Amino acid sequence: MNTSDTIIAPATGSGDAGIAIIRISGADSLSALFRFFTPTGRQTELQSHRLYHGLLRNDSDFVVDEVMAVYMAAPHTYTREDVVEIQCHGGQQVIKSILKLYQSFGIRLAQPGEFTYRAFMNGRLDLSQAEAVSQLIHAKTDSSRKLAIKQMGGGLSRVIYNFSSQLKHILVLTEAWLDFPEEDLPDEDIADFIAVLTDLKSKILTITETYSCGRVLTEGASILLVGQPNAGKSSLMNALLGEDRAIVTDVPGTTRDFLEEGLSIDGVPVSLVDTAGLRTSSDIVEIEGIRRTEEKISLADLVLLVVDSSRTPDQLDFSALESCSGRPIFVVYTKIDKAIELDFNTFGAFPVYRVSSKTAEGLDSLRHGISSFLKKDYTTTDETVLLTESRHFEALQRCLEPIGRALFCCQNNADLELIAFDIREALYFLGQISGETTTEDILDDIFSGFCIGK
Amino acid sequence: MSNYGKNYQVIVVGAGHAGCEAALASARMGCTTLLLTIGLDTVAQMSCNPSIGGLAKGHLVHEVDALGGEMGLNIDATGIQFRRLNTRKGPAVRAARAQADRMAYSARMKNVIENEALLDLKQGLVEEVLVEQNRIVGVKTREGLEFLGQTVVLTTGTFMRGLIHVGLNHYAGGRAGEPSAEGISASLASYGLRVGRLKTGTPARLSARSIDFSKLERQAGDKVVKPFSFMTGSIDRKQVDCYIAETNERTHEIIRNNLDKSPLYAGIIEGIGPRYCPSIEDKIVRFPDKNSHQSFIEPECLKGSEMYPSGLSTSLPPEVQLAYFRSMVGFESVEIMRPGYAIEYDFIEPMQLKATLETRVIDGLFHAGQINGTSGYEEAAGQGILAGINAARQCQEQPPVVIGRDQGYLGVMIDDLITQPTTDPYRMFTSRSEYRLLLREDNADQRLTELGRKIGLVSDERWRCYVEKQKQVEAAMSFLQDTKVTSSDSLTVEKLNLGDLKSGVSLEQLLRRPEINIQDVTSVCSGLRDYSPQALEQVEIAIKYEGYIKRQREQVKRDREQEDVKLPETLDYDAIPSISTEVREKLKKIKPTSLGQAGRIQGVTPAAIAVIQIYLRKKSS
Repeated sequence: MNTSDTIIAPATGSGDAGIAIIRISGADSLSALFRFFTPTGRQTELQSHRLYHGLLRNDSDFVVDEVMAVYMAAPHTYTREDVVEIQCHGGQQVIKSILKLYQSFGIRLAQPGEFTYRAFMNGRLDLSQAEAVSQLIHAKTDSSRKLAIKQMGGGLSRVIYNFSSQLKHILVLTEAWLDFPEEDLPDEDIADFIAVLTDLKSKILTITETYSCGRVLTEGASILLVGQPNAGKSSLMNALLGEDRAIVTDVPGTTRDFLEEGLSIDGVPVSLVDTAGLRTSSDIVEIEGIRRTEEKISLADLVLLVVDSSRTPDQLDFSALESCSGRPIFVVYTKIDKAIELDFNTFGAFPVYRVSSKTAEGLDSLRHGISSFLKKDYTTTDETVLLTESRHFEALQRCLEPIGRALFCCQNNADLELIAFDIREALYFLGQISGETTTEDILDDIFSGFCIGK
Repeated sequence: MSNYGKNYQVIVVGAGHAGCEAALASARMGCTTLLLTIGLDTVAQMSCNPSIGGLAKGHLVHEVDALGGEMGLNIDATGIQFRRLNTRKGPAVRAARAQADRMAYSARMKNVIENEALLDLKQGLVEEVLVEQNRIVGVKTREGLEFLGQTVVLTTGTFMRGLIHVGLNHYAGGRAGEPSAEGISASLASYGLRVGRLKTGTPARLSARSIDFSKLERQAGDKVVKPFSFMTGSIDRKQVDCYIAETNERTHEIIRNNLDKSPLYAGIIEGIGPRYCPSIEDKIVRFPDKNSHQSFIEPECLKGSEMYPSGLSTSLPPEVQLAYFRSMVGFESVEIMRPGYAIEYDFIEPMQLKATLETRVIDGLFHAGQINGTSGYEEAAGQGILAGINAARQCQEQPPVVIGRDQGYLGVMIDDLITQPTTDPYRMFTSRSEYRLLLREDNADQRLTELGRKIGLVSDERWRCYVEKQKQVEAAMSFLQDTKVTSSDSLTVEKLNLGDLKSGVSLEQLLRRPEINIQDVTSVCSGLRDYSPQALEQVEIAIKYEGYIKRQREQVKRDREQEDVKLPETLDYDAIPSISTEVREKLKKIKPTSLGQAGRIQGVTPAAIAVIQIYLRKKSS
């Protein structure tokens, strides 16, 4: 293990607690903290071993979380290095967002047991604990490896594996050209490399930007407004946004496509999506809108089922509810400024909010409900999954730079050996997820792909 | 049984490319040395292709030369065609390659050996190693003569239980026309060394006057020759041409129709052949879509008629060889002078070696070359010089010399050999080095001359030249940094096309521009002409590749953290908790010398490395 860089990981275990602690250790801890943390007291210097209240903001100035932070100067710390601990809200999304924030600043995610390992290497732990530590590292690495293998089947791992194999293909050709100049090989044509690398770069950028680990941070949690036409969805959206953006008429079905707006609810970035009303329609444009609504529902972090309280609920309200099944749902009764025509318990055991977009009554309570839900989080993934996901993100993030350099080399006709150097480095980072690419692997591919031998 | 009566410090068995370097190194370091060979007429014989160098191999020759070895000087003196490869792919992958006059190469090396004061060259076929209490004490020849020595370096090439295959016929032999050494491997196995079997092959040699060269493409050598050795001035002797020939569909059909006569496909050959050098029948089977294969037709010597057709090694019967050659354009009436053949031979699994090339099982016994499962003259020479150095240092009670992976391909090769299982004959490729940008031919002297000097292999003359070059590099660098060009230097601005020049820049800054090279700068700045081209080359590379070289150095530094944690030979892996049985067994078998090396052993996980590190810390305090 490298012990010279700065590392980060949650210091509290898995399970849904109200508060989580994220630990950063290494020489860059303090500068890393200040990069995103604004103390409420506007202090420019923090005293060691003192707790400060403040906000963590991302580069777009979005508030990620309201936190307490402590900086502890070496050597009186757990690892005997400079340490920062951030006490944040306990939801997994919040923890992920904070980890991502620091990873993007170049802080490396700690290996299993690495804080303890550093503590030991720096002489902090008692010698009798050494054996326990080594067992801990072994056990933890083992279980996270098993988990990683389990996850290889799907999702992001497969994507990374695919990126790896594309890079490997480039490296195989490059190395063949370098090591076997007198052999009968395909022409040295790097136009193809430029296409592959450009594509890879943009795909990785997309993933790292929209990756769910940081969704709350970058595009916000996705909240969907669903309900039958003219239930008051657009009015509710405008009321939450505080401006007139959706088209509101009394003709049912005015909102045919999605209206998506970003806003911050109590410091949590949210993307609010107003959908086409869910109803049976013969209008082709609207049918398409309804189909896409159903698709969107499956991806939503929270669904607001909007029901007009001035009317008796009918089949359309129930089918709207049914289309959201399996997603977290809030039932929002609108138009409470009008005469109430329904029983507020109609839709069963979901949280219920009563609002009037016209008078703003109940809006604050809804806002508060949404933010505390998002902060508490609805998913219960365990710590290892979270760390595994963050590792994937880190691998992708880190390989972007060498891929960019390789692309630059290709475009500027630089020496082939430099392209090989950069591709190797990119592969090294992806290899932390997809498995190391050894020289032997490259040679195998060269000898099985090309007829070498003079 | 009789004793020769003279006690040697180092006995080298085998006078091929490994043996010659080993014997010369040990004798030059002051040890009384014996070089034993089966045939005195085949010293430094080129058994296969008559050439030295190429990618990574040229690098090895430069490293052997920097340490004070002979190979670079020998090829510079006897090369008949020189070509520099990869001139436009970056400085680290430029490599020297030369065709040798095979006879002259052998004769010159023999002469150098004969004139080395402490070195005895003798003919003798070794049958057995002599061991007392796990310590080598000498060797015994077929005639029953015993030579006693403090250390022994075995460089057996393809001779241990060599078995030659030509078609379905096979017979014992170490090389065409020479006997095999039947006893050594059994003798080694009796002390517990594991023996494996490999295969290699060589093409037929053709008579030059029977080839119609007018139908072949000609390939000339470079106009300006860059020598292999740091100590060779310029080489301006007349060079010979090579030719490029091609197989065709008819050639392939003949081969395909005769596969049943190939021992490879009849299942007679059990040894594994080199992946990078398959026989022509193998190529045709594995790449059926290729309708033509290239072959370089290379002269074997100036005063002889034999031509070497590269890439066409085979174990098919001689009549089939003749038929397929005659199907090729230009070879319609070719005559074969020696048929091609395949050879199987014993090797000793190199994971049983220390990084000094000494065996773990028998103290004082060193192995170099094909006995370690490698292939190639340059790979052999590299191991030879290091085995010779370490045998000599052991006799002189000096600490051993081990070269790091960041210091040279020599280090990469030996580290690979002792940590990775042998899958096929090991050949060096530049892709095997993780620090390729640092391990260049042009800086081999900077990487290894000081070490060679310390060991006692670098002569006063070479040392003087080396120090002089280093001074020039430094001075040239300062000159470039300190000399400024402004827009008023109209001649420079015009010649280097610097229309965009606004304020003054240093020559160093100019040289950073991709379109400007050191020749351009020299052409406008007479002050630079005082420096040697070699010094200017170093400065140019240092400036132009600064960013990449810096990143590579940082990588070395990171890796050094683990390379610098030495693992004692006596480390008791059974006492370390929480490592898997599989990993434990591997570590016990290989006994890595550093934590970094332990990490390169297949199957040793990062977690195991962390555990070992913690264990060491615990033990030391």
